[in-house]
Parts: sequence; structure tokens; C-alpha cells
Amino acid sequence: MAANEYDAIVVGSGISGGWAAKELTEKGLKVLMLERGKNIEHIKDYKNMSKEAWDYPHRGKATQKMKEDYPVLKRDYPLQEASFGMWANEKESPYVEKKRFDWFRGYHVGGRSLTWGRQSYRLNEADFLANAKEGIAVDWPIRYKDLAPWYDYVERFAGISGSLEGLDVLPDGQFQPPMPLNCVEQSVSDRIKKRYKGERHLIPGRTANLTQAKPEEGRANCQYRRKCWLGCPFGAYFSTQSATLPAAMKTGNLTVRPFSIVSEILYDKDNKRATGVAVIDAETNQTYEFKSKILFVNASSFNSTWLLMNSATDIWQDGLGSSSNALGRNVMDHHFRTGASGRAEGFDDKYIYGRKPNGFYIPRYRNWNGDERDYARGFGYQGGANRDNWKRNVAEFGLGEDLKNAMSQPGDWSLGMTAFGEMLPDHNNRIYLNRSVTDKWGLPVLEMDVELKENDLKMRKDMQQDAIDMLEAAGLKDVEGFDKGYYPGQGIHEMGTARMGRDPKTSVLNAHNQVWDALNVFVTDGASMTSASCVNPSLTYMALTARAAEYAVSELNKRNI
Amino acid sequence: MNRRDMLKMIVTATGTAFIGAKVFAYELTSATPVAKTGFTVNDIALMNEIGEVIIPKTDTPGAKAADVGSIMAVMVADCFTADEQETFTTGLVKLQTSAKDAYNSDFMLLSNDKKMALLTSLDKEALSYNAKRESKEDMPHYFSIIKQQVLFGFFTSKIGATKVLRYVAIPGSYDGYYPYKEGDKAWAT
Repeated sequence: MAANEYDAIVVGSGISGGWAAKELTEKGLKVLMLERGKNIEHIKDYKNMSKEAWDYPHRGKATQKMKEDYPVLKRDYPLQEASFGMWANEKESPYVEKKRFDWFRGYHVGGRSLTWGRQSYRLNEADFLANAKEGIAVDWPIRYKDLAPWYDYVERFAGISGSLEGLDVLPDGQFQPPMPLNCVEQSVSDRIKKRYKGERHLIPGRTANLTQAKPEEGRANCQYRRKCWLGCPFGAYFSTQSATLPAAMKTGNLTVRPFSIVSEILYDKDNKRATGVAVIDAETNQTYEFKSKILFVNASSFNSTWLLMNSATDIWQDGLGSSSNALGRNVMDHHFRTGASGRAEGFDDKYIYGRKPNGFYIPRYRNWNGDERDYARGFGYQGGANRDNWKRNVAEFGLGEDLKNAMSQPGDWSLGMTAFGEMLPDHNNRIYLNRSVTDKWGLPVLEMDVELKENDLKMRKDMQQDAIDMLEAAGLKDVEGFDKGYYPGQGIHEMGTARMGRDPKTSVLNAHNQVWDALNVFVTDGASMTSASCVNPSLTYMALTARAAEYAVSELNKRNI
Repeated sequence: MNRRDMLKMIVTATGTAFIGAKVFAYELTSATPVAKTGFTVNDIALMNEIGEVIIPKTDTPGAKAADVGSIMAVMVADCFTADEQETFTTGLVKLQTSAKDAYNSDFMLLSNDKKMALLTSLDKEALSYNAKRESKEDMPHYFSIIKQQVLFGFFTSKIGATKVLRYVAIPGSYDGYYPYKEGDKAWAT
């Protein structure tokens, strides 16, 4: 095999790219993984993994210079000192906001697998049926049963901790023991169960943090430091670096090339196949071509779609996959930042030991099991309870010893939660190439035209009011609802834009994540989502990727692709 | 890329090839040195003195031991907006003027009781000032900002976090029913 030829190329190294590399190399393929950003080596490069506030020059806060350099990132919590450098450089890689879109990107080996929230839930049977049943967008080409064994498979390897609940709305999986609820969370859980007669459930979050070591993967169980997004020296949460990359490396079949911006998929129109990719070296600007039999596009939802849009433009003006008029369409995210919080009384003799990197989850109950609302779909809640710390505002203590004593003891227990709502796919929520604006490497950039639509806005009312009602029913005091406002992208769950479907005229990918117009190109990240469900999506990308990888290799062996 | 260049760039690690593996990841930020924050040594001493009134030494260390003045100078220089900086620095001047008006003395030279009396009156002034603001987005009273920075600087310092609060670097386990009795310290993190 020539130096620039591989069996497979994987574009991107985040959650789905890592899985693609692992699965393909373990099946014996020689794989080249291309990553546009810098390398980050497991543990060795987690420079801040053991730091505390006092170890940072600004105690962890963002500086004005950081805010100037990261005008998008500063809009929300990701911009802070501890994880600085883990987000795409906005000056080098701009995008255009026709409407405000907060795009938080991780351009480095591991992508956002290093900084993700780790909440891991399965879509349910109804999620895969809802579009067809309600006449919204297009039907998923797969059903829950198609993905269930792959959920099993990826959960076992990734290590998901969670409780078995037997709920149709949130299928159980292959879980490690859960991170238990604390005393206040359990009390609220019990009261919600009683008040809502078993229709609503507050359960431990299901998270990709190990509660039992996986020595075969070189990973220890969680040490309850809650510093996950600084990288974990114990390998206790799932990331490319802690889990999939070492597995792929072990095969001896993987080559990783950082600083490699894939600018184009090379396309052979006679055979309707991709032949490889064109790459710009991000440091030297030199261009290269790499060839492969199959291609996995895992660049993160929007960048995967960007790559399709910038490929085969001599045949289709709007790029590979655009023959469907679905490419770039149906952008989805999870809308959130609304919910409620309250104070819990009666637990003054209890506190917490350890820092649980996880909270609770309330699965969807709206438009479920006979409930009917004036909107489609539903939402779940994520939250947690803890005792207040020195940041609480206590005017009554004034200054001096009283203040010091008060602030050095924990305050009241409070519990807060925010809803994550399903955003419907909408043809007019879209991204497209803006060729008049280019990035540092002269490549066209994306323009975002996405907004919440009527269904989403109606749902938000319930998202806040239900939270207030539930916390009051659970006996909390001073319950206050909130809606901090939401802009698309803030969920950092961008999905859609190259959806799976049953018909090449209305979808970009088929039931095995193959691009209809290039069957040896697989897109298995968030871009492929046909609908969003209301649960955190990454586990589904893992399952889709593992499933597609097996199919790809079997098709390759049959010489079908 | 020719084969020789390719090989030159390859770093082999545990059976894989990493090409062009230049490493820099989580970036380490740098701060303006205290001496270049625009605050003088006297300013920092003043901030430490104010801090000590707000968080005094008791059977545990106070704000001065944690040198809150230095971190406040850095936070104001690097993290504050121009408006916040203006409010903070003119606030320090106003505080000194209040000391002159009330006691005809530099704040630093006041007795502990007088320091406490002066800052307590400013604390109350700040509360009523803040309550009268049209919006919570409007700039709060300067003393509120100073007080908030003292609390922040102190409880995020190693001394505040480990000597006044409780700190465990690696808890190793989780207990959501951990016993608590009044007087037990809060966790620092």
C-alpha cells in the first residue's frame, strides 16, 4: 500500500470519530484518522487536571482579553480559565450568524469528547416512530430494535453508570452501578413519585463516568473530583483519549494526523464513490491527498455537513449529498436554560462527601402515556441538590467574624433543575456555505439561519411551569422558576443537516449512514439525526457509528463498496 | 508529501503512528504581574487592610494572610471591564475620603473599631444603593464590588480553602447522606 493510501479514512477524532477508528482498526482495516487541530495526549497533556482555583492566575475566571478573543464563547459558561485552549479559535475559524447561533467547537484530538457533559441516554421506540406518526419531517429509516444491540455494545465498552428503571420512555441499558441520589434528591424523588402516581420519575443521571474500574481498558473508577472537562488522570470518564483511541492504537492499524483540515472529499463520478480526501496542513498550508476505500465523516454535525457541501461541487453546485435538498436543513439542538429551583428544609444534619460529576434526571412524561399537550414531543429535566457555599448572598451578616463564620459553613440545601426540550426538525432551520467569508486557510465558512419555532416556544412554557409545580409538590420552599433565554447552539447538541432517511430525494444518508450519492462515505455523527428526541445525543452517535462500521466492513468484504 | 518526509514526521507510540505530533493543549494563561496592575504597594496594603476587616484573623487566618490585595489587583486589571475598573479604583479613593471625613485620618491608621464602623456604614450604604438601582445589570455600589472581591479572593485562596474551609483533593467516593453538625466547615470545592 502506498504511503498515502489506507483502507479507511476517519475525518474527526471526537466521540464518533474515535468509535469509527476503534471499530474499523479492530476489524483489521488500516485507518488514517484526520484531525484538524492539535494533538492532546491522554493525561500527559491535561495540564490543569489537578489544579484548584488558587493555582490559576485568575482563580479560574475569564479575562477581558479572553472575552475579546472569543466573542462567541464568552456568551456562556464554556469560556473560563481552566479549560482555556479547548475551544476553536474564533478568529481563525469564523462563521456567519444570519441569526444568533452559539457554536462551541473543540478543534483538537478528542474533540468535545474531552469536554462533554457525559449524560448518556438511549432514544426510545417512540422516538424513532414519531416523525412518521406525526407527519413531521421524514421517517427514520431505522427503529429502536435496530440500534438496541449497538447501544448494548457501546455502553459496555464506554462504561455508563445508571439505574435500571424499567421505563419505556428511557430504555435501560448495560449499566455500571449508578451514582446515587443524595438525601435531598432522593426525598424529592420520593415525593414526585407519590404525587404523580408513578407517572413521573426522578432518577440518578446516567453518565459516562465509571463507578467500577475497567482494568482491561486501563481505566479507574471515578474519584469524585468533578474535574472531568480538564481531562481525567484516572481515565474515569469516556473520551477518545481514555477509551477508543487506546483501543484503536493497540491494533497497530491506526495512524493519527493532527493539524489536518479536510477540505474536500475526492469523488469519482463514474463509479459514484469517494476515492479519498484533500487535506490542508493547518500549520504549513501544504496540501495533500489521501486515498481510501471507505470514508467515515465524523467532523461534528456542522463540519461534517460543511465537508459534504464543499465536495463534488463540479457535479452538484451545493455539494455531495445536496441532490436531496436536505443537506444543511433541519438543524436541531436541545433548547434549555429554563426550569426552577427551591430550598429544601429538614436536612440540616446532612451534607455531602465527594463531588459527584452527575446529577439527577427526570425522563419525559409530556405527550406520553395518554398525556396530550398543544405541542408535539417533550422534554426531560437535569438537575442536582447541594448545600449553598460562600457564594451565597447574605447581607445580614455584615462584616467581620460573623460573616467569616457564616461563610465558612454550608448554607441551606437547594435543588435546581433545567429542562432539555426536543426541537422539531424544520426545513427552514438551516446552515449553508457563505463563500464571501473565508477562514484562515481560505476555505468558505458556514452561515447559520436557525431559530426556535412555534412548537418549541409552546413547549418552553411547560418546561418552566412544570418544574415549579413539581418542586412545590415535592415540598421545597421559595420555589422560583426561571427562563434565562435560549439561543440555538447553546445546548452544544447540534444535530441534523445530513439526515438519515428512506428516500434519496429527501434525505442525505440511508439506513446505514451511507451518503446516497457515495455509498462508501458514512456520516455517523450528529449530522445524521432525523429527529432529536429530548435526551442527550452522544450515546446514539456511538451506537450509530459502531453499527455503520460493522456494515461498512461487511460491504467492503462483499465488494459492494 | 514524499515517503522520507512522512517518515521524518512520524512519531511511533504503542503501535501507532502520530504524524506531526506537536503538543500543546489546555493552555496556561498568564496574568499581569501585580506590580504592573496599576495598583501601588500602598493600594495593595489598603485592600489587604479592608479585607482583614471583612474577613478577620480569628482562630483561623484572615484576608491579609491570604494576601487578597494582590489577587484583587490582578482580577481588577485583567478580568474587569473598563467601567468596573473605574468604579473599583474611584471606590478606593472614595473610601479613603470617607475615612478623612469621618475621622480625619488615613484608613490604614484607624483603630480596628473605627475601621469596622466605617466599613459597616459603607456596607449599609451599599445595600440601600443597590436596592434603588433600576436594573440588576446596573453597576452596584463600589463597596459591594470590593466586598465581593475580598470574599472571592479569600475563599479561592489556598489558605482560605484549606485552613478556613475543608478541602479534599481526591475524595475517592461519594456520600450524599454525610453527617453534618452545626459548626462543621463547608467544603472548599
